[in-house]
Order: sequence, then C-alpha cells, then structure tokens
Amino acid sequence: MSSPVVEVRNLNKRFGEFTAVDGISFDIERGEILGLLGPNGAGKTTTFQMMLGLVTPTSGSIRMFGLDLQTNREAILQQVNFSSTYISLPYSLTVEENLRVVARLYGMSNIAGRIDDMVKKLEMSEWRNKLTRKLSSGQMTRLTLAKALLTEPKVLFLDEPTASLDPDIAHKIRGILLEERQATGLSILYTSHNMREMEEMSDRIIFLQRGKIVAEGTAKDIVARFGQADLEEVFLKLAREQ
Amino acid sequence: MAYHRIAALVIRHLYLYRRSLPRVMEIIYWPFLDLVVWGFITVYLATFQGQMPAVVTFLLGALILWDVLFRSQQGITISFLEEIWARNLMNLFASPLTPSEFLAATMVMSLFKVTAVSMVMSVCAWIFYSYNVFIIGLWLMPFIINLVLTGWIIGVFTTSLIMRFGQEAEVLAWSMVFLFQPISCVFYPMEVLPAWLRGVAWINPAAHVFEGMRGLLATHAAPLTSLSLASGLNLLYLGAVIVWFHHTFNVCKERGSLVRVGE
Ligand SMILES: Nc1ncnc2c1ncn2[C@@H]1O[C@H](COP(=O)(O)OP(=O)(O)OP(=O)(O)O)[C@@H](O)[C@H]1O
Repeated sequence: MSSPVVEVRNLNKRFGEFTAVDGISFDIERGEILGLLGPNGAGKTTTFQMMLGLVTPTSGSIRMFGLDLQTNREAILQQVNFSSTYISLPYSLTVEENLRVVARLYGMSNIAGRIDDMVKKLEMSEWRNKLTRKLSSGQMTRLTLAKALLTEPKVLFLDEPTASLDPDIAHKIRGILLEERQATGLSILYTSHNMREMEEMSDRIIFLQRGKIVAEGTAKDIVARFGQADLEEVFLKLAREQ
Repeated sequence: MAYHRIAALVIRHLYLYRRSLPRVMEIIYWPFLDLVVWGFITVYLATFQGQMPAVVTFLLGALILWDVLFRSQQGITISFLEEIWARNLMNLFASPLTPSEFLAATMVMSLFKVTAVSMVMSVCAWIFYSYNVFIIGLWLMPFIINLVLTGWIIGVFTTSLIMRFGQEAEVLAWSMVFLFQPISCVFYPMEVLPAWLRGVAWINPAAHVFEGMRGLLATHAAPLTSLSLASGLNLLYLGAVIVWFHHTFNVCKERGSLVRVGE
C-alpha cells in the first residue's frame, strides 16, 4: 500500500498555559474521508489551522505528500484547499471575479473552462455574476466550496461544509464530494455537527475532546465500542463526560 | 517569489476599485480638494509677499510630494485593511501565497495609487495655478522614488502593528504618517526645528528629500547629499521593516491570531 497522504505526529498546540491540541497523531490515506468530531472547544479548528499553516504547532509534525509542512509550505499548500461555513470570500467582488482571483493565486491554467465546470457542477450559473455580498448563506457556502474544488486539491479541509445548506443542496454537495473523491483520489478531512452526515460520509472518524483523541475508527466500530445506538449517542456520552 | 500570485492579488484589488466610488474618490477627489485648498492659500500668501513664484513653488511642490509619501503608505496599509475587512486573510495565507509576495502586491498597489494621485494633482496644479511640477526638473524622479520608499516603510510598519494588535490599531492606517509630518520638514526647513528635534528629523529620510527640494529650487545645485542620505536611510529602514513584518507574521501564527485579526 502507498504511504498516507497526510501524516500527523504528536501534534501539540499550547496557547500560553492552555493546551488546545494535546499530542494527537493520525494519518489520512489517498481517497479517504476522515471525520473529525468533537464538542465546542475540542481543538478541531486549531488542528485545521495548523494543517493549513496558519497556526504554528508548539511541537509535533505535519507531513503531506511525504513533505514536512514546516519546510515545504508552498509546495504543500499548492495541493491543498479548504472550505468553511464560517469563512467568506471578498464581498465587493462578483462570484466569478472571486473564483478568477483564486484560480490565479494557485496558478491554474484554463481558468475560464475550470470556472465554467465548477459553476455547472455546483449549480451556480444563476448567480455567477452577482456580487458576493448579495449571496444567501447557502450560496456563500457553495461558493467557498467551489473555490476549494477549483484548484484541484489533493487534500481538502472542510469545516461544517453543509451547515447552512438546505437538505436538497446538502445532499447534492455530499454527492459531489464523493464523486470527486472517486474521480481524483481526493482526501478529505471533515468536521460536522451533523452525526448522520458524519456516519454517511466518513470512512473513519476521530473523536477529539479537550485536544486529545478519545476514540478512533469507523462509525460502526465507535458506536459498537461505546455500546450506544448511534454516533449521536456516543457524542452525547463523550461530551457530557467532560 | 511567484509573480502569478502577486498578480492575482493586484487583480483582486483592481476589481475592487473598478466599482467602488469611495475608493476612486480617495484617488481623485481628496487629492484634488487638498490641492485646491492649498493652492488658494498659496495664492493668498503670495499677494502678501510679492514673491509669487517662490512661494507657489515651495508650497505646492511640497504638498504634491507629501501626498506621494502619504498615498504610498496608504497603498500598503489600506490593501492589508481591505483583506481584514473582507475577512480574506485566511483564504490568502492558507494558499501558497508567502508574506513577501503579499507585501510585494501591496507595493504594486501603492505604486498604482501614487501614480494616479500624482497625475491628478499635477494636472490640477497646472490647470488651476499654471504650476508645473516639472519645474523641479529631472531630479523630481529620485525625489519621488525616495518618498515612495519612505511611504512603504511607514506602511509596512503600520501594517505590522495592525496585524499584531488588531482592530484597535486600525486608526494608525490614517494617523501614523502624520506623526512623521512634523519631522519630515515638508513645508519648512530643518533649521527651524529645535536642536533636539533636528536630530530626530535628520534620521528621517523624507526630511532629506524636502530639504533637497528646497535646496534645489533655491540654489539649483544638484541635491546629491540629500538624495544619498535619503536613499541610504530608506534602504536601511525598508530592510528592517520587512524583517519586522515577517517576525510579526510568525508571532501571529504562534499566537493563533493571524486569521483572527479584526475580529
Ligand atoms: N488564538 C488562541 N488563543 C488562545 N486560545 C485559543 C486560540 N485559539 C483557540 N483557542 C482555544 O483553544 C480551544 C480549542 O479551540 P478550537 O477553536 O480549536 O475548538 P473547536 O473544536 O474548533 O470548537 P468549535 O466546535 O466551537 O469550533 C478553545 O478552548 C479555544 O478557546
């Protein structure tokens, strides 16, 4: 088997005296969807941000594509992208202008063609020339997802990608992500507070609590290990043990 | 340095200017008003002194050159603020964009602004007061380049402070440069400053530019000393603030505050 696309080892982040991420290790294989679960403040965002090079780890290592993030930031980030419900793109540009800027930032070729594809795939044609300021929150989520997929990443970080979408669009988006994974071997690290979605999407789940990994495995494994009916029950049990 | 990433950022800002009236006003309307007000003051003063050409040359020339410095600084700092306001820092710095490329893009924006504002002001000065900036001659170019550099220094320094201290420091984008105005000796010679302040002014590259300009207009001697001093100091400080910016950037990544600036 080929080596993992992402290798995180003993990753640790302290903010002053407070430890936000406490020595976590995990791998993500090519084409794997890894779910990151955990209550508010568990350290999910901090982990994401360290993996995107936005926060410097206190100790530990992050390797992607066999390279160390600390020393190969540009080469790694060229092949990585992210989307989050909590992040937008500049409001004063139109949807299409924003996508064009992102494509240039990542040095894409055939920009117009790529944007057309993405607009079609995410059903954005009706509002592709609208100012980003005027989008609904669900449209904004689709736009940030489009910007993430546009750059043909090999690893994608998704922070609650379907949180503000209606069930129909959310379903479609899940379909697109699975398709993309199938077609390109895209690996995804994923957070969501929607447990059903987690079960449906993730090949494997990591449960974070107070910065530590407290459970790891397939959704089925985890549910069985904790003797609960479903993932939601496991979440409640673990979260309330705090 | 990857030029396509710098170009991407510049294009992003140009899209912004294309449809934003306030941003266009910043380039055309305010400099124009500045010039009109100062122009009238100059004309008024000249009637007292009967020395019209000298006063006009000094004051209007100084005003236009000061605006070069001011807009150069704004080009840097406002470009950074735009990213904070648009909550776009995470998108940018989670991409392969490096801090140096980011700075380079703000410098290009700064050049755009300076060019646009200088053209607006020069044309207005010529139309309204028959004032020709090129009276300073070819020396105008090295003067302007040095003022742009000083603007970058103040701009990068201010940007670092905003990155580090967040929203509370935003006001520095407009006020910082005026801290330097008294010691830049824009409208008066260095010798009118009290001795202790003269020392402070001496280490300010902009002061040497304005001294040089006055010297040139008064004596027509080549302002080589002033220009060498200004250039030397500028290069020294520019190197230092760029190092400082990178240092601040790393501190913010340590503290996890980089993507929280402005929140
Ligand atoms: N820059 C920072 N400085 C100090 N503490 C921080 C910083 N960033 C995060 N923290 C703390 O680290 C802990 C983990 O935060 P993080 O945002 O990673 O949690 P999370 O799992 O993403 O939570 P949520 O589900 O609410 O988004 C929290 O207690 C938070 O207050």
